[in-house]
Amino acid sequence: MAASNKYKLSSPAAFYPVAGRMIPWFGASAAVLAAIGLWIGLWLAPTDFAQGDAYRIIFIHVPAAWMSMFIYLVMAFWSALGLGFNTRLSAMMAQSLAPTGALMTLIALFTGSLWGRPTWGTYWAWDARMTSELILLFLYLGIIALRNAIDDPRRADRACAVLSLVGAINVPIIYFSVRWWNTLHQGSSVSLSAAPRMAAVMLAGMLILAFAAWFYTIAVALCRVRVIMLERESGSGWVSELFALNIVHLKKA
Amino acid sequence: MNTAAPVPAPASLADSALPAGGIFAALRWSLVRDLKVAMRSRSELGVQLLFYIIVVSLFPLASNPERTLLAAIGPGVLWVAALLASLLSLPRLFAGDYGDGTLEQIALSPHPLEALVSGKILAHWLTAGLPVTLLAPLLGIQYAMDGESLAVLAAALLIGTPILSLLGGIGAALTLGLRGGGSLLALLILPLYVPVLIFGAGAVEAVRAGLGATANLSLLGAGLLVAMVGAPFAAAAAVRIALD
Repeated sequence: MAASNKYKLSSPAAFYPVAGRMIPWFGASAAVLAAIGLWIGLWLAPTDFAQGDAYRIIFIHVPAAWMSMFIYLVMAFWSALGLGFNTRLSAMMAQSLAPTGALMTLIALFTGSLWGRPTWGTYWAWDARMTSELILLFLYLGIIALRNAIDDPRRADRACAVLSLVGAINVPIIYFSVRWWNTLHQGSSVSLSAAPRMAAVMLAGMLILAFAAWFYTIAVALCRVRVIMLERESGSGWVSELFALNIVHLKKA
Repeated sequence: MNTAAPVPAPASLADSALPAGGIFAALRWSLVRDLKVAMRSRSELGVQLLFYIIVVSLFPLASNPERTLLAAIGPGVLWVAALLASLLSLPRLFAGDYGDGTLEQIALSPHPLEALVSGKILAHWLTAGLPVTLLAPLLGIQYAMDGESLAVLAAALLIGTPILSLLGGIGAALTLGLRGGGSLLALLILPLYVPVLIFGAGAVEAVRAGLGATANLSLLGAGLLVAMVGAPFAAAAAVRIALD
């Protein structure tokens, strides 16, 4: 694995088959980890003293919430790389991550509101974390909408990269402003940290599911980036070769 | 007008009009030019101010016009209306120049685009943010706000509305010439406006709660400084992307 190899992978033609080989591994790991994590979470973990069985939604909610923020950082990283070095693949990676990030944010919000009903007695409270997660969803949707509104993919790449980076600078500001606003208004009537110390088995289940969500994200992003590569590079040589090869295979079969 | 660069009468561009000199000369040139353009469509500015007044007047009609309730929601309503008024006037920032090719000429000039864009943003604030700031205390009286609250509201708007113009400049440049530009701009920019809204309306709330507005106003000031340093570069980059 020389350094030259590493840079070679930044070309779509070289990355396309590598991504194809990686997808089954990440996809299978995600499925296995999800099965183990759900088994731990839904059967093995004891019923919570304070919250009953309602707390079990944590096993979906927390991994989704972690991923929603982590994906934004990764997307901003690829955007910065694409803007700085003008690499085609970076922008494609950023593009392929945005829908999964929005999905994770939506799952976190939805499961959070379902969890809030039995434990807090309300589907929605203007809690700091909920509000900043909601704004994160708007940021994701804004980036996706901006991409859809621009026909030229190169302009869309760079415009979305600028927006992602401005958003990335703003995300911590939004988070702290919302937290501060909230504490100013209603004190600590609603707090996630009030939950009792977590049992080791619960933590294990949550971490395993977090890894499952992570590997799922990688697998899905790679699938999506392969499609984007084919779509964008449809005029280039390597795509034509790829399809010529496929047609030969089909004829043989 | 002797101090300003000689701008040709039909507010268009001539390279000779661009003064030789540093970034401040370039900034002043685009500021003066954009103010001139704005002054030639004064009714547009008036309509945008009327929009602000109408939005503010709708809230008491939609809820209970009771004095304590009005005083409680007043700062928030005035700030949200300021956000919407800023959003409504943002397309004016670049769209006209983009449409007739002037923006391309501006970008081709040897002067730093960041300075020229800063001048445009400053002109936008002077014609959109500042009038709203001056009008807000008057409308605040309709909301039964007391004198101290009104003063803090005006101070918060004075610091906060330039941030709206600066952040909005990035969004306006990113959405140049796109389908559904207006609503797309709202989706891109309003989430970024959230901290300004929270600290701006929070300043008045803090005064009402007897806490003092210093913390909120300081944070707004810090936000303004960060936006002044960063936003012109992002907006200029976005203009270059749009012109590519």
